[in-house]
Amino acid sequence: MVGGREVKLFGMWASPAVRRVEWALKLKGIEYEYIEEDISNKSTDLVKYNPINKQVPVLLHHGKPIIESLVIIEYIDEVWKHNPILPKDPYERAMARFWATYSEDKCRSAAREVFFAEGEKRVKAIKCLEETLRALDEELQGKKFFGGENIGFSDLVLGWMAFWLGVSEEVASFEVLDPNKFPWFTSWIDSFLKVPAIKENLPPRDKTVEFFHSYRRLHLAAPKC
Amino acid sequence: MAAVGGEEVKLLGAWPSPFVMRPRIALNLKGVGYEFLEEVFGVKSELLLKSNPVYKKIPVLIHAGKPICESMIIVQYIDEVWAAKGSAILPADPYDRALHRFWAVYIDDKWFPSLSGISRAQTEEAKAEAVEQVFAGLKLLEEAFEKCSKGKGFFGGDTIGYLDIALGCYLGWLKVTEKMTGIKFLDEEKTPLLVGWGERFCADDAVKGVMPETNKLMEFFKVLQAKFKAASAK
Repeated sequence: MVGGREVKLFGMWASPAVRRVEWALKLKGIEYEYIEEDISNKSTDLVKYNPINKQVPVLLHHGKPIIESLVIIEYIDEVWKHNPILPKDPYERAMARFWATYSEDKCRSAAREVFFAEGEKRVKAIKCLEETLRALDEELQGKKFFGGENIGFSDLVLGWMAFWLGVSEEVASFEVLDPNKFPWFTSWIDSFLKVPAIKENLPPRDKTVEFFHSYRRLHLAAPKC
Repeated sequence: MAAVGGEEVKLLGAWPSPFVMRPRIALNLKGVGYEFLEEVFGVKSELLLKSNPVYKKIPVLIHAGKPICESMIIVQYIDEVWAAKGSAILPADPYDRALHRFWAVYIDDKWFPSLSGISRAQTEEAKAEAVEQVFAGLKLLEEAFEKCSKGKGFFGGDTIGYLDIALGCYLGWLKVTEKMTGIKFLDEEKTPLLVGWGERFCADDAVKGVMPETNKLMEFFKVLQAKFKAASAK
């Protein structure tokens, strides 16, 4: 085990961005101190270490903060070189970063649209989300993971779709994860969730469903500008 | 043009795009020659659609026949493939690298959208808010410059680095916005370090030939605005 008291992670139990950092730490066997944040009442430490957007996750290494989950994972991979998360080849690295960016730029916003939309907007939003699933399904053809035989950077970043997308489907009553339409992607979900570092580090499903129900209700009840 | 090992390097792009400027600066820093394939505005070429089917956007770097997309991903790729040539784009220390990467994300996700939001604002209120956000962002970036440059001329130290490229590519559009609003965003009094940096960046050999002239950009912007107005009027 490496790390110990020199590594701290500020997080929130339901957040997929926080979990993906934890998965990276677990894959490398890095010991860390986890600090749970109350998002409605952020600690002075969190605000001190991330004054820019005051969000989790924040990784603290030897007292220095690193922000943004994708940036944190690359940092972890560069400091602790064993069990590499990013491939060695520059082209493969570019592809890993590409799909990670795709997750954050396209998939997250598409899923968010569906989660909060109603009526016609919902129909349109589902089409957009399915388009992203199609692109991911195509990319996975012939592969077990985005990283190949083992999980890598894009798997960790896209990992929210293996768990939180299913939760969203339940909370907002929609269905997109169809094995007939997206056989490779749904198969990836199964394989991903079987990886020990992932399986042992997921939030409890019932609690997560409950949390996102409240989150959705709050958002839909808020006065619209 | 052939690069290391004789593999061809092509870049699909367009002269007004700040995103296209990024890999061009990176290739210049590495002294790598490339063929620049200019896309016609409003028409996506066959090659672009084939090389970037997911986003259908420029820039796309094609190296030894393989396409790489997304400007800052391309910059990192260039830094890694031609690590032995020219100057390093990302710093060596992992923490410094994380700082460069974080601020680049901030610039693309938060800062530039507020800048482009100024011209898109429908009300005076929205415009004022966008202006405030741009200033607030520049203040943060001034502090970031002090931290990253460690007394040297660029975010990357002695030479242009990842974060210089990420922010510097927007200088042309920043100048256009200054001209259109009459507001001086890069102000000696507010952000003196960034003012000095901006001048050094634009004067650098790696940037000079690829930074579009402000007047040319203004003309292009007017054409763009007219097109959008016409499109939304239909």
